[in-house]
Amino acid sequence: MKEPIVQFNDVHKSFGDVKVLKGIDLDINPAEKVAVIGPSGSGKTTIIRMLMTLEEPTSGDIIVDGKNLWKMEKNGKPLRANEKHLRSIRGDIGMVFQHFNLFPHMTILDNCMVAPIHVKKEDKLEVKERAVQMLDRVGLGDKLENYPSQLSGGQKQRVAMARALVMRPKIMLFDEVTSALDPELVGEVLEVIRDIAKNDDMAMVLVTHEMDFALDIADKVLFLDEGVIAEQGTASQVIEHSANERLQTFLHRFRKV
Amino acid sequence: MNYWSWETFADALPFVLQGLGITVGLTITTYLFALIFGFVWTFLRRVPNKPFNWIVTWAMEFIRSTPPLVQLFFIYFAWPMIPVVGVSLSPFQSAVLGLGVHFSTYIGEIYRSGIESVEKGQWEASKALNFSPVDKWRKIILPQALPPTIPMLGNYFIIMFKEVPLASTIGVQGILLMANTYGARHWAYLEPLTIVGIVFLLLSYPSAILIKKLEIKMNTRFDKKTVMDTRVNA
Repeated sequence: MKEPIVQFNDVHKSFGDVKVLKGIDLDINPAEKVAVIGPSGSGKTTIIRMLMTLEEPTSGDIIVDGKNLWKMEKNGKPLRANEKHLRSIRGDIGMVFQHFNLFPHMTILDNCMVAPIHVKKEDKLEVKERAVQMLDRVGLGDKLENYPSQLSGGQKQRVAMARALVMRPKIMLFDEVTSALDPELVGEVLEVIRDIAKNDDMAMVLVTHEMDFALDIADKVLFLDEGVIAEQGTASQVIEHSANERLQTFLHRFRKV
Repeated sequence: MNYWSWETFADALPFVLQGLGITVGLTITTYLFALIFGFVWTFLRRVPNKPFNWIVTWAMEFIRSTPPLVQLFFIYFAWPMIPVVGVSLSPFQSAVLGLGVHFSTYIGEIYRSGIESVEKGQWEASKALNFSPVDKWRKIILPQALPPTIPMLGNYFIIMFKEVPLASTIGVQGILLMANTYGARHWAYLEPLTIVGIVFLLLSYPSAILIKKLEIKMNTRFDKKTVMDTRVNA
């Protein structure tokens, strides 16, 4: 059996007195596509934000490619991870945000080139070629010199995906990437994700409300409820054969809308 | 009109203007000092350590709440008398240090407001793309934080220009001190001090207009880009 690329071992997270996650255990295999569904406030986003090092877990371990993300050792003593330690692992992970978070002061080509050049110290020409190729792939090859403010929400989100892909992460995280979009723009973004899921061999974690889409592309579906993984398995296991009442209610409400 | 003499005016003019280089030079030097030192405050305040933060905030508050004139006197007259740490500075150096530090606390606040106006998502994206702390500031945060502060920074240039004559009190030979000297020598203050007023007006008014223009340009920067682009596409 292959080693999982990400492991969560009894991960808890509280914000102040509010316990958001109450013991998450999770394995993600390389190239596995995982969809995380569940009601608002169930902690879905927090899971991937901890993996992206945007939030620190209150307790538990997150192992990425065999390395403990939030803990390190110095002279045999366990310590809280410092920025250097986080940076050494973070490079394997990419993220696409709900609100795109493109850099407004750069053209979309520069948005895609700045990190590979300055973070990974890659050759500028090689990066440019790859960035152009990637923007082409997401259908924005004709907008290279445009600024983000000149694009629609769907276009911005596709740039954000190209920007993350150019970094060649081993794990890609998608945080409700269609939630901030006008309904007519959702489709074009989902198409790009479908394309990535089909053709790239990185692991993907999608936090999403696009239920049918998630079930369609995911190898594994997690139903998160009240801070725990209440159900997990293949799409058909979770959707069609689960006896979990809250999951059925949740799905039912979604299908009706 | 025997209290006003154009002859005295003509005589005083070159004498007073001898100080112009010092006045302008002191303004620019002090301003550059304040621009750089403002960053020091901004970053000191960001150090994630509560007691340290409290000390820095308190120090800024102290500097802002005491008159710059008192600070100048302290640096020039009192500081050299303190054993061990006392340093004797020239009037010009004292003025740069005193006024520069005083105004740097305001400029530090301007930087801070600029930095705080950068959206949280930009910080998160920088992290997700694994930028080093230095590159994050250099490539992502400051290029967004600083342009909107330029008009405010410009205003402070003019405000400082008008505070620089304070340095005459510790012997910096700018136009005010030159005018005063002329007045004492010839017992004629009206003309030289009028010259000082005119010089300040002539320099600060056009600067103010320039800054106003800059402000309008900054405010419409992103809109303009869009407008221009639609025109190209059409």
